[in-house]
Amino acid sequence: MLTLRSITKHFGATIALDGIDLDIAAGEVHALIGENGAGKSTLMNILAGAFPPDAGTMMAGGQPYAPRGPADARERGIAHIHQELALCPHLSVAENILMGIEPSRGGWLQRDALNDRAAALLADFGRDGIDPRARTGNLPLADQQVVEICRALARDARVLLMDEPTSSLQRANVERLFDTVRRLRDRGIAIIYISHFLEEVREIATRFTVLRDGRSVGGGELARVSDDELISMMVGRDIQSTPSPTPDPRLPTPEVVLQVRNLSAPPRLRVASFDLHRGEVLGIAGLIGSGRTDLVRSLFGLQKAIGEVTMNGNGFGYLSEDRKNEGLALQLPIADNVTMSRFQTCARGGWIDRRRQNVQTEDVMQRLRIKAPGPRGVVGRLSGGNQQKVALARLLHQDPDVLLLDEPARGVDVGSKSDIYREIRRLAAEGKGIVMVSSYLPELFEVCDTIAVMTRGRLSPSRPASEWTADAILQTAIGAET
Amino acid sequence: MNRWIRIVAPVAGLLGVILLFAILTGSPERYLSGANLRVVLAQTVIVAIGAIGMTMIIVSGGIDLSVGAVIALTSVVTALALRDGWMPIAALSAGIVAGGIVGIVNGLAITTLRVVPFIATLGMLGVARGVAKYVADQQTVNPPPTWLNELAVTFPSRDWMLFAPGVWIAIILAAMMALVLRNTVFGRRVFALGSNEAAARACGINTGALKVRIYALAGLFFGLAGVMQMSRLRQGDPTVAVGVELDVIAAVVIGGASLSGGEGSIAGAMIGALVMAFLRNGSQQMGWPNYVQEIIIGVVIVLAVAADRWRASRAAERS
Repeated sequence: MLTLRSITKHFGATIALDGIDLDIAAGEVHALIGENGAGKSTLMNILAGAFPPDAGTMMAGGQPYAPRGPADARERGIAHIHQELALCPHLSVAENILMGIEPSRGGWLQRDALNDRAAALLADFGRDGIDPRARTGNLPLADQQVVEICRALARDARVLLMDEPTSSLQRANVERLFDTVRRLRDRGIAIIYISHFLEEVREIATRFTVLRDGRSVGGGELARVSDDELISMMVGRDIQSTPSPTPDPRLPTPEVVLQVRNLSAPPRLRVASFDLHRGEVLGIAGLIGSGRTDLVRSLFGLQKAIGEVTMNGNGFGYLSEDRKNEGLALQLPIADNVTMSRFQTCARGGWIDRRRQNVQTEDVMQRLRIKAPGPRGVVGRLSGGNQQKVALARLLHQDPDVLLLDEPARGVDVGSKSDIYREIRRLAAEGKGIVMVSSYLPELFEVCDTIAVMTRGRLSPSRPASEWTADAILQTAIGAET
Repeated sequence: MNRWIRIVAPVAGLLGVILLFAILTGSPERYLSGANLRVVLAQTVIVAIGAIGMTMIIVSGGIDLSVGAVIALTSVVTALALRDGWMPIAALSAGIVAGGIVGIVNGLAITTLRVVPFIATLGMLGVARGVAKYVADQQTVNPPPTWLNELAVTFPSRDWMLFAPGVWIAIILAAMMALVLRNTVFGRRVFALGSNEAAARACGINTGALKVRIYALAGLFFGLAGVMQMSRLRQGDPTVAVGVELDVIAAVVIGGASLSGGEGSIAGAMIGALVMAFLRNGSQQMGWPNYVQEIIIGVVIVLAVAADRWRASRAAERS
């Protein structure tokens, strides 16, 4: 049904995909697994026509396949069900299912035919409980997913790409979704199913491919491999033995700076409790969407949450994972970005003293080795690594006692990474408490004193990094029994 | 249920305004008289016809700030055509088509130049006003009297018509467009575009062409509103209708449309136009100065949208 040969894709200097081969048969549910950033989404986007590969060939249904865009991919029977749904919430279920191919006569919508066809598609699924006339935005998420799948089927999709379809579903709805997937499979539709959850994958898929760092590192029958084998394929052997840093023996100090008890921010964050000491870097591991970001956001007050938080210090600093939208004002100079959280330190009577602002900025720029023309350089023109350092520099200038860092070194070059790691360790040595969310296991082991793992909104107890292994973190993250 | 509230709330607001002024003026029999009703309706024709086109644009997630200028331009075009000896029906068509052409230009600026609707139509606001002054030679254009002057009169010459012909035209067009928005492929795609443009595009809908059609069709309505303006003044005036776009947008928004698209109805917009017309009329009857009307209408617009936001956030919490 679908054959991929040596698919390669670069983004700038990074290799996202490096010669991927993949064969999917009709009526097969094929699991695509791998850590965050392994290249799964890039591969799906290429298949769905979002962008072309740099090299490699694709065949669909025995014909060469090179989609010109998403619409073309749909024409060829390949439909992408996104993590975020692409529906029109204000329109009815039937209108969404048949959008673009509405039955009509002389421009007038044939509403009966529209509703009947949609009802037939829904009934085919055993989901005739969904009213085709209902307003789509009022349906529960699981039902909205069914609407999106029916939309693909209405156009005769032969291949469905399902990207983390269960990440926002409750267990009962996962069962319903699996029912749907099995029905599709039985009709001869090929399904590529992306999920982090191995138990789920085993329940629904027969064959698998593991991606790691843009390469396919394993594949075959799911029944023939153990969870441990899958996990070691995902993690790779090379980082197994990464030693924990040899920390300053005086750190972390026994002084608790932040105590969190039963913090919960529905729907994603269910429960989190931990103590953070001065001088401690606490790493929060876990999958994307597991509630890690919700944890730091609710601690910073950006999200409604309940629970008990005791703070024995001065102020929170927050570094968003979304640098472009929440981390920086890209059009403004470095100095404004750095001093923004505490303008008062360089202002007199409401007027900003530029000289003082520049001096303060140059100070943190040196400390973080930010390469820029000067404190008045526009942030948007800096490289990604230097931008990220400016975002971190703002926290240095703000000087809070607790720093909440969400993916502080994501998407930056190696040199900047090590500068950022060094700075985090230095902040800890100065007696700050640091919570650091990261998807990158080597980084957690390199920087953190303690690590806790988020699994579907539940945070594990935090333990010293030396007591964790990469396997154990991943197993906890995907909810496998150890 | 939600859909019901969206219509019931503006209707309740309208009844509230009417009731309030019936009591305040102390002479409900005069405020509610047939004669006064005709005055109110005749006054609201221009805003109502504009609101029909604007509803479509706002539902699709767009905005058009050039309406007032387009009304001035098309009123001048119509008057010029009459003065040059065109038949009234031809002059009427010329006014409408001129509005449509401006709409096409707006649509093309938005799609091909990729300028957001707010800016594209803000630019058109200036261009259309300038062109109106140029073609009118910076003067009012006085056409010979024709039946076009009867379209928007307060008291029609034939008693059996009850209201001015323009009122009936507005009612018929509103009913038609309500049907088009609800029951044609085009209408549903207008909603799809405003609800989730990316989804519409992913379904193979040519969103660029759709936008041009929306602004062009709305432009025809603005052109007709310009003809009504000419009819009311009995002349083409290039300086008329300054700021009317804000009344038109306010009518649509009071009627329950969301400026972020996907929501709105013609019926609601018509009620919104009436709310403002009754407010104006009531204030005049109270002898309140103009600035009081302006303040009241400003407050009503903000309160209407705030009520809508409040409803939306409650609905979001429930689900």
